[in-house]
Amino acid sequence: FGRKKLDANSIEELEEALFASDFGYETTEEIIEETQKAYKKDKELRGKDVAAIGSSVLKRVLDGSEGRIQFVEGSPTVICLIGVNGSGKTTTTAKLGHQYKQDGRNPMVAACDTFRAAAIEQLKEWSSRLGLDIIAGQHGADSAAVAFDAYQAAKARGHDTLIIDTAGRLHTKSNLMDELAKIRRVLQKHDEAAPHYSLLVVDGSLGSNSIEQARVFNEKFGLDGLVVTKLDGTSRGGALVGIYRELKLPIFFLGFGEKPEDLQEYRIDNYVDAIFGSDEEA
Amino acid sequence: MFESLTDKLTNAMRHLRGTAKLSEENMAEALKEVRAALLSADVHFKVARSFIERVKEKCVGQDVLKTVTPGQQIIKIINDELTALLGEGSTELSKKKPLKIMMVGLQGGGKTTTSAKLAKALKKDGYKPHLVACDVYRPAAIDQLETVARQIDVPCFAKRGTPDVPAIGEEGLSVAKASGDDLIIFDTAGRLQIDDQLIEEIKELKRRVQPDEVLLVVDGAIGQEAVNVAKTFNEAVQLTGIVMTKLDGDARGGAALSMKEITEVPIKFAGTGEKLDDFDVFHPDRMASRILGM
Ligand SMILES: Nc1nc2c(ncn2[C@@H]2O[C@H](COP(=O)(O)OP(=O)(O)OP(=O)(O)O)[C@@H](O)[C@H]2O)c(=O)[nH]1
Ligand SMILES: Nc1nc2c(ncn2[C@@H]2O[C@H](COP(=O)(O)OP(=O)(O)OP(=O)(O)O)[C@@H](O)[C@H]2O)c(=O)[nH]1
Ligand SMILES: [K+]
Ligand SMILES: [Mg+2]
Ligand SMILES: [Mg+2]
Repeated sequence: FGRKKLDANSIEELEEALFASDFGYETTEEIIEETQKAYKKDKELRGKDVAAIGSSVLKRVLDGSEGRIQFVEGSPTVICLIGVNGSGKTTTTAKLGHQYKQDGRNPMVAACDTFRAAAIEQLKEWSSRLGLDIIAGQHGADSAAVAFDAYQAAKARGHDTLIIDTAGRLHTKSNLMDELAKIRRVLQKHDEAAPHYSLLVVDGSLGSNSIEQARVFNEKFGLDGLVVTKLDGTSRGGALVGIYRELKLPIFFLGFGEKPEDLQEYRIDNYVDAIFGSDEEA
Repeated sequence: MFESLTDKLTNAMRHLRGTAKLSEENMAEALKEVRAALLSADVHFKVARSFIERVKEKCVGQDVLKTVTPGQQIIKIINDELTALLGEGSTELSKKKPLKIMMVGLQGGGKTTTSAKLAKALKKDGYKPHLVACDVYRPAAIDQLETVARQIDVPCFAKRGTPDVPAIGEEGLSVAKASGDDLIIFDTAGRLQIDDQLIEEIKELKRRVQPDEVLLVVDGAIGQEAVNVAKTFNEAVQLTGIVMTKLDGDARGGAALSMKEITEVPIKFAGTGEKLDDFDVFHPDRMASRILGM
C-alpha cells in the first residue's frame, strides 16, 4: 500500500490482499466497505490511508485477543497442546519448554502422542537437544496414563510447568476427542484446575477450516486459546482473525519457524503491523 | 446451520421460471452465491473469478429447461464444469521401471505418511518398494520413515550424520536398485516454497536421482497460499502430480481447484486417514461436490 491515490484498481488490489490473507469473507468485506465509505468522503484517499483503515478494522476485530499464561503457585502449571495432524504441536511443545527454560522457569515436557510413528522419538530428540526434562510412554500405551505419570513426576521433581504434547487428531473424529477428555480427567485427579491451559495449535497456512477446527475442539473439549504456527511462510495466518471473530478465543503464541527460538508471544499490534505495515513504513 | 448452495441457488433463480434463456443479467445473483461458496471453500479468489467467467459463458444463451428448476440447472452446469476441471489429466503413475517417486511439500502436509501409503498400495500391484529417507532436519524424521516402512514390511535406506541430501538420495537409489527393488520413493523434508536454499536442495536431489514422478503433498485444508505453493514447487521441480491429504476431515478443499487451475498438474491421490490403508486415487466428482458444499 503506497502513496498512490486510490482508484478502482487499488480497491481491487486491497480486496486481493485481504482475501489472500485468509481473513475470511466478513472481515474482508468490512474493511472494503469502510474503505469505500472513506473514499466517497475523500477522493484523495491514498494507499497509506487504506492501510490505516484496514489496520484499524483489524485492531477492532482483534480487540481483547491477547492471551497470557498466568502461572499457578505451588504446583505445576499444566499447558496441554492439542490440534489436528501436523499443525505443529510437538515443535511448539519443544519451543515453549525452551522459552520457559530461558526465562528461568523449570519446565518439563510430556510425550503423550503414543500413536504416530516416532512421535515419542521426535519429542525425545528435542528434549535432549534443549536439555528439557521429559516423561514419555511406550508407543501404543494409553496416552492418559502417560499424562497422569507426567504430572506426578513433574510435581515430585519440583517442575513449575508441565507442557503436554498430544497426538494429532481431526476434530471430526469423536473417539479421538474422547481420548482427550480422558487425558483431562486423569490430570484432574491430581489438580482440579488442570490442564490450566488447553491450547489449540493451528497451522497458519490453513484456510477457513481452522475456524471449524476451533469451534469443534472448543465445543467438545473446551479451549483456553490458540497457538498459530508456520507464519514464516507467505501466509498471514488470517484464519486467527476469523476464529477470534467467531469464538473469542484468545491467541497466546505465534510460531514462525522450525528452530526452538521461533516462537513469539502474540501481540495485536505486531500482528496487524506485519500485515498492513506500521505507520513508519506506510 | 448453513443454507446449502442448492437452496441458495434455487432461491436466487426462482424468478427465472418461465424465462426463456439464461442470461448474464438473470444469473447475476446466482453467480454471486457461487462465488461466495467458492471463496468460503478456500478457492483462490482469482481462480474463483475465472471459474465464474467460464460458467457464465457456458450458461448464457442456454434454454431454461422446463423439467428442472433453473437453480438445479445451473448447479448441474457448475458441478460438471468443476468436475471436468478437477479431473483433467490422469491419475495414473508413470509405467517406467524402476519407478522413482520424489515427495515434496510444506511442513506437516503428510509426505512421510503418504510415502508409506503409496509404497503399500503399489506393493499390492506387484512393485518391490524401497523408501529413501531424505529428511535430515526434522527431529526423528528418519525414525518415522523407518517405522512406517517396517509396518508395511518394506526396506528403508537411511544415512544418519550427513546433511548431504542429494548424496543420500543417490546412494539410496543405488542400494535399492542393487537389491532388485523397482519402486523407489524419496521422502523429503517439509519446506516453505519461499525458502530458496531448501528449494535448491530438492532441485539438486531431483537432478541427481531423476525421478519419474514428483508429487506435491498438500494438506486438504490449506488456504489461499496453495496457489503460491503449487506454483513455486512446480517451477522448481516440475510436479507430475498432487496428493491432497487429510480429506477424512471436513475441509472443503477449494485449494484443489486453485492448484489445478494454476499449474495444470493433475491431482492423483487422496489421503483419507492416518492409517497406511487410508489412501485412494483422486475422485474429481467427489471433490467437486465437496467444494460446492453439496
Ligand atoms: N515453517 C514452520 N514449520 C513449522 C513450524 N512449527 C512446526 N513446523 C514444522 O511442521 C512440521 C510438523 O510439526 P510437528 O510439531 O511435528 O506437528 P504436530 O502437530 O506435532 O504433528 P502430529 O503430531 O503429526 O499431529 C514439522 O516439520 C515442523 O518442523 C513453524 O512455525 N514454521
Ligand atoms: N487424518 C489424516 N492424517 C494424516 C493424513 N496424512 C497424514 N496424516 C497425519 O498428518 C501428520 C503429518 O504427517 P507426516 O507424514 O509426518 O507429514 P510430513 O509432510 O512428512 O511432515 P514433515 O516431514 O514434518 O514436513 C501425521 O500426524 C500424520 O499421521 C491423512 O490423510 N489424514
Ligand atoms: K483450563
Ligand atoms: Mg506431534
Ligand atoms: Mg516427513
